[in-house]
Formats: sequence, C-alpha cells, structure tokens
Amino acid sequence: MNGAPVVEVESLVKHFPLRGLGARGVVHAVDGVSFSIAPGEMLGLVGESGSGKSTVAACIMRLLEPTEGSIRLLGEDITHLSRRELRPLRRNMHMVFQDPYSSLDPRMTCGQIVAEPLVVQRLLDGRGVDRRVDELFDRVGLRAELRHRYPHELSGGQRQRIGLARALAVSPKLLVADEPVSALDVSVQASILNLLRELQEDLGFSCLFITHDLATVEYLCDRVAVMYLGQIVELAPTAELFASPKHPYTQALLSAAVVPDPVAQRARVRIVLEGDVPSPVEPPSGCRFRTRCPFEPRSAPASHEQEPPLLEVTPGHHVACHLVRLGGEGPRPVEAVEAAS
Amino acid sequence: MSYVDVAPALSPRARRRRILRRRFLRRPLAVVGLVVALVFVLGAILAPVVAPYSASATDFSSVLGPPSSNHLLGTDELGRDVFSRIVWGSRASIEAGVLSVLLAMVVAVPIGLAAGYFRGWIDTVIARLTDVLLAFPFLILAVGLAAILGPSLSNATLALGIGAVPALIRIARGEALALREEDYVRAAVANGAGELRIIARHVLPNMLSTLIVQGTVLIPTAIIGEAVLSYLGLGVQPPTPSWGVMLSDAQSYLTQAPRLAVYPGLAIFLCSLSFNLLGDGLRDILDPRTTR
Amino acid sequence: MSLLQVDELSVRFETDDGNVHAVDRLSFALEEREVLGVVGESGCGKSVTFMSLLRLLPETAVVSGRATFGGVDLLAAPTPRLRRIRGKEIAFVFQEPMTSLNPAFTVGNQIGEVLRRHLGLGRREARGRARELLDLVRIPAPARRLDEYPHQLSGGMRQRVMIAMALACDPKVLIADEPTTALDVTIQAGILDLMRDIRERLGTAIVLITHNLGVVADIADRVIVMYAGRKAEEAPVHELFARPQHPYTIGLLGAVPRPGASRRLQEIPGRVPSLAELPSACAFAPRCPRADELTRTNVPELREVAPGHLVACFHPGPS
Repeated sequence: MNGAPVVEVESLVKHFPLRGLGARGVVHAVDGVSFSIAPGEMLGLVGESGSGKSTVAACIMRLLEPTEGSIRLLGEDITHLSRRELRPLRRNMHMVFQDPYSSLDPRMTCGQIVAEPLVVQRLLDGRGVDRRVDELFDRVGLRAELRHRYPHELSGGQRQRIGLARALAVSPKLLVADEPVSALDVSVQASILNLLRELQEDLGFSCLFITHDLATVEYLCDRVAVMYLGQIVELAPTAELFASPKHPYTQALLSAAVVPDPVAQRARVRIVLEGDVPSPVEPPSGCRFRTRCPFEPRSAPASHEQEPPLLEVTPGHHVACHLVRLGGEGPRPVEAVEAAS
Repeated sequence: MSYVDVAPALSPRARRRRILRRRFLRRPLAVVGLVVALVFVLGAILAPVVAPYSASATDFSSVLGPPSSNHLLGTDELGRDVFSRIVWGSRASIEAGVLSVLLAMVVAVPIGLAAGYFRGWIDTVIARLTDVLLAFPFLILAVGLAAILGPSLSNATLALGIGAVPALIRIARGEALALREEDYVRAAVANGAGELRIIARHVLPNMLSTLIVQGTVLIPTAIIGEAVLSYLGLGVQPPTPSWGVMLSDAQSYLTQAPRLAVYPGLAIFLCSLSFNLLGDGLRDILDPRTTR
Repeated sequence: MSLLQVDELSVRFETDDGNVHAVDRLSFALEEREVLGVVGESGCGKSVTFMSLLRLLPETAVVSGRATFGGVDLLAAPTPRLRRIRGKEIAFVFQEPMTSLNPAFTVGNQIGEVLRRHLGLGRREARGRARELLDLVRIPAPARRLDEYPHQLSGGMRQRVMIAMALACDPKVLIADEPTTALDVTIQAGILDLMRDIRERLGTAIVLITHNLGVVADIADRVIVMYAGRKAEEAPVHELFARPQHPYTIGLLGAVPRPGASRRLQEIPGRVPSLAELPSACAFAPRCPRADELTRTNVPELREVAPGHLVACFHPGPS
C-alpha cells in the first residue's frame, strides 16, 4: 500500500435542487466530504439511509457532477470533465451495483455485458475480447457456457459475479462497490464477499466498499469512514474503529447491530437513539447529529452553532465531534446508555 | 423460476418464444383478435382475388338488392356488390390504420426518447408542446389537419399519423425517463459509452415491447379515424370505396335498406375490435411479471 | 394445547413454467406467549407458509394440510369465519410499510377502520383507542400522528403504525414477515425492543419470519430453519446457535461475518434447488459436504436429537 493515492476526494459537496411547484431549497446529500484511498486499500463507507454514501460513490464515478469540491483520480482532476474527456480515464475506475436484477441489461447476453467495457474502450480486437471474457468468467467462478445466457436465467449471486466481471474487465485501479451483497441471500453473500477479497488480493485494486452492514466492513476493509447526513463523522483503521469508537453516532451504530449469537446479543446493552433522522433538506445547524445525540446537553451550545471539524485525534483516527479531544478522550458508550435511561 | 444446474434443452431465445406462445394460447381473446385481424389484413392484400366484383362495377338492373347467391351481401344504390366494396374498402382502412401508426411511431419515438433521455431544455420544450397538442382530442386534430391538407387517402393517413404523434411522444418520453435511471444504463456510462451507444443499445431495445403494444392498440383508433374522415368526405374520394364513405352513402337509404349501413359499420367494429384484443393480449403477454 | 398447530402443510403453485412446490408437508406448533423465529433464505417457503394460513396467496396456489387455531382449521374454514380471525386474532405485519399502508388515508383513519370493522367501535371510541395504540408502539406525539398521512412518516414510524394496526384487536398471534429488513440498523433495534415489549405486556405470541440470524438471536425463543420448502432444523434458540446439527444451519451460521472473527466466511456451494419437482432425496444433498448414497436417494425425516431439538438429516452433528 505505497504510493500516491488512487483517489482523493476534497470537500465534496452535492446538492440536489428540489423540484415541483413552488418547491424551493436543496437536498444536502453530501456536504463536505474528504478522504483518500491508497493503492491496494479497501475503504469502507458506512452509513444508514440518507447518509449520502451512495451519492459519494456516484460522484466519484462521475455519474453525477459534484456541486463543489474536487475529485482526483490517479492525480488527475476529474471533477468537471466532460463525457468525452472522461472516457479514457474510465479505464481506471469502475463500479459494482447493488441490485443484481437491474444492473444487467436484460436484452444482452452475459458475455456481451462483460465484453462491453472492452468494446467501448477499444482495448482489444474481437478475438482478444473473447479470450478476455473467458478469462474473466473463470476468475469470478462462472462456467464459460453462461456467456450465452441472459441475465434473467441466472441467480442473484451469479448476476453479481457478472457485474464484478464487467467491472474488472478493463483492470481498473479503483473499484467502487455500492452495497454489492445487500440484495443477496446470506449464503450467497459469503461467496461474493470471499470472491471480492480474493480478487483484491490477487489483482491489487483499491476499493471503496459502501454498505450499511458493519460486520461486513469489519471482515473486508482496512479503514472505515462513518457517514451521517452527508458528512463523515469518523474515519479510522477498522480494528481501531471497532475496538474504540469515538463518535457517539458510531457508538450507537455499533451497539444497534445484531449479532448471530443469542448469549452475546442479549447481554449487550443498546444505545437507543431518540427521534428520526432529520431531513437532508434542512439539516440541523452546527453538529447535525445533535438532535439525536445522547450527549447533547454536554456539547451545547457549541454543537448548535458550529459544525465540528473532522480532526485527527490520534494517528490515523479522525473524528468530528465537539466532545472528543485531541488525544482521543471523549464520551464513552456506557455513559450514553446511562444518559438515555 | 428454476435454476437447475443443467444446460437447458432449448436455447434462451427458443425458450422465451415457447413461453410467449404458451401465454398467447392461454388467452383465447387474443387468439381471436389475431385471427380476425389477419383475415382483414389478408383480405385487403388479396382483394383482387377475394372480391368477386370490382368496386365500381354498377348494375342498374339490381339496385338495392337483398343478399343473394350472386351478391353475398346484396347491392347498393348503384347496383354495386356490397361484399366486394367491403373487401376493397378494407384496403383504405388497413392502409390508413397501419401506415398512420407506423408514421406516428417513426416521428414520435425519437422525439419522445430525446425528451425523456436528455431532459433539460429539450424536455421542457417538447413536453410543453406535446401538452398543448394533447389538449385537442385526437379526432378533432386529425379532422382539422385533413381539412387543411385536402381530401385524399394519403392526406388522411398523414393527418391521422400526425394526430397520433403527441400521445406517442408522451409514452416514449415516459419510457425513456424510467429507463435512463436503470442501473445498467449507469453501468454503460461507467464503461465510457457515448450517448448514442447507450440509446441505441440499451434504451431503445428495452422500450420495444411497450412500443409494440402501444402501436397495436393505436391501430383501431386510426381505423375508426379513417372511417370518420372518409365519412366526412375528407379521406378517400369516390369512386374508391371506403367503409366510411359507404356509411355516408347509406344514410339516404336507411329506411329502405338499413343493411347498407350495418355492413360497413360491422366491418369497422370487427376490424378495430380485433386489433384491440390483439393489442390487449400483447400487453399482457409481453409483461415479464405475468404469471400465466 | 398449542395456540396454533400446523400439520402436513403443502403449497404448490401452478405457473407458466410448471409446478412450483413451495412448501412440502410442513408441521409445527406455536405456543402461547412464544416468539418463534422462522429462518431461511429466499425460496425456502417461509413467507408462503404463513400467507397460506390466512389465505393471502394468489389463485394459482394449491394448499393442503391442516392448520388448527382455536379449534378451527384455518385452511378449511369458510371465508367469513376466516375473515373474523384474520386481522382480529391473527394479525400480519409485512415487510414494506410504505406499500402496506394506504397513502390516501390518514393513520388514524386506517387504524380506526380495523377497530370499527372488527370490534364495532364508534368513531370517537375508535379514535381514542387508536391513540392508545400509537402510544403502545411508542410513537411520539400520538394525537398529532393520527391526522398525518403515511408519506409524512419515516420508515420506522410507518412500521410502528403497521404494528399498531396489527395489535388493534389484541390478537393472540402476530405474524411479522421480515418486519425490519427494509429499515436502518438503529431503527431496527427499536422495533425489536418494541416486539419484546409487546410480548411481555400483552402476551401476544409472535412469529418472526426473517433471513437475519442476528434478529433471531435477539428475540426468538425457538427457531425453525427452513430449506426448499421443508423444515431442516428446529430447536430452542440457545440450543440452535450453540449446537447446530444440520449442515445447512451450520453453513448459514458460518456464512455471516462476526465481529472480531477474520476467518474466511463459509460458503455453501451451489444454489437453492429448483422447486419444480419434489425430490425423493434430501433437498440439501447437492450442496452438502456430508452427502452420500443414502441422502441422495431418501428423504430424511425429522428426528429428535436433544430435548426439543429436531433435525431432518441422516448425518446430523456438529461440524
């Protein structure tokens, strides 16, 4: 994991204007996100609905154009490039989508789907494309005959493998995986996750892995970023985040996750967050988490007025919270439970 | 759905065809629609063979004659064979009905697709224009256009086609709008594909089923439209027969020989109904969610 | 006497591609005040089983067997009788709260409808009781919510409204089909707490249908694991997780990433079998590491391997 970062995101902002009669205002989908991914690194992006994680992915992939901020891919600024200018650069990044049913064109055969990036990028001639497609099918564990089948004839797991094969066809340096296993059965999830891990070890690409499932992140990722309402609230190496989460939201998230072990699960004490996630159209002033934070009484009035910056409180561990001091000292989960009761 | 780990006996295309055929046969109304529509279409194409008399052959010795062995459906006020005129008249209906819809599709689909796919100002302009045109009922629009263009079958076909364009634009636009959000379209963008390729390879092929169904359902409207235009004298000109003209002529003889109105009326009804049933069935059959 | 006793339930669908045997001779019981977790992946028949009990399946479904509830066979009862039970004594909560609630009516109206219809309450009474119910499911500011429409509520709140509607007539059984799958993790935690609360306070028996083993570990008393329309294993919850005996259960437990563990996830090779024919062999055999001649030619019957612990396997045992 040495060398210049594969992707650098700087103060990324994406707002969507509200449409409709007399509607005014914007949806603050992403509001100032910064991070980078080193070569060969897998960064997990975790958040619940409305956190903006999928929008971040879409911006990096330039399926959307950022409102503000910048995205650098292999050192080159791609934030506002036109489609034509982007085309050659798209050899360096690709994406796997969440829904195995809608991510493959139902009117194309699986072989054609996997070949398409190669055809569009004009990297190989006809026979070269064929050989590469065979190679890719093999890599993702699919029988070569499936080339001629249509997506609806394959199972969900097989379709995700096709999606992976397509994404890796041009040997990109960056793979963005947006909830790639959420729509699959548990036993199938395991095989796709294992496959992803193997491929990453073999081929060495960097990966932005987006999910709402913490257990998966712990299994696969080197570092984790936790998002809430369009911003990153915590960013740390995986082991450290799970061992010592500093942001109250991360703590609540970890405590809410269910574990398949009745003894352990029932012994845990949950931090229950009050209220609903605020609307991204009118995010709370200052710290966005303050409306649900069990430590809000302590952080007021600063949390109402100032947005907490994302600070590196211990080496490699970034937190955006008024109550976490440099050196890592901050509110602890057990206090949150006490505060709630 | 079965995902057996064995190679299927049939290729994917053949399997899909078999499923479609089975679904079709389970819908007797659609089968009837197809058969009757085919009868009309073939009758129109093979008119010289099917019709015993020419459309304008008069026989003043047997004017307003009842059905007989010589004249299956009787004769009209000029002694012409009604059955033959019905057969020859079907040409106008089928031609106008089918051609006008094809014309409308060729014009409307690209426009609707552009509006739905590119959005932005193109969409705003097209959508608003279409909304204005849609304020006019189809027939009013067609009649108005035909009156401007002048009476003839080709002008009538043109008028009907143009009249159908706004509705088809709206349908094509809706489809394109939905399809551009599909993940596989985003994947194509991620591949680096240009707009043209995405539209040609991903959007258009996936709109096909809907368009086929919409087109088939539009044909009966166009057939009736042609009859209306001809009835009003804006379509086919005498002596060329048309069901609409026959209806108009039959008006003066309603008391003496009401059958002269019934036969063309029945022809219009049956022909448009058959395409309607066919289109209805197709819509059902081509929907991937159908279970029967 | 069990609250609900299901015997030899079979459900077959007649489709375009032939028959689909969704459920094959399933038998189980639900006791009072019990939380029964029904676990399985897609296509295992868990949802179909319970929908068949309340006749919520499409016409292409052919159902056979017996389901005794309060002396009535749900599968054979005349429709009016079933209607009196459905919604009143056995209530159903679905996965997608947005599509289960009518967007055109207020929350108060919809809950009220259940009360007026089943309990014959007047409008004012129904409104009062609806408010109580919203309180029961811990929705803040319940009086105000009564006049709101579904789209004004968040996903978690809508699910609570669904649960309130289900509890309106104080049912003996609440069947929840993947109630938290569409919800965020933090919201899910709240709903699970709520269900636990309901069981404690109201004594309602709950059937929790899910594919999520963590959810089951959280609140279930007893668990049934289903595979390809049949019961693979059944045991009290602690017993199942501590000493799973069926290779499928073992595989499922091994497939879920766990905190702190970095060993490779266990994969179950192959796919769920086609349900087009009823195999006269163990349905799991093609994917099972313990498969042999016996399992490929015979259907394993359920056997008790420990008190209350049933397994349908010729070679049960720990991994």
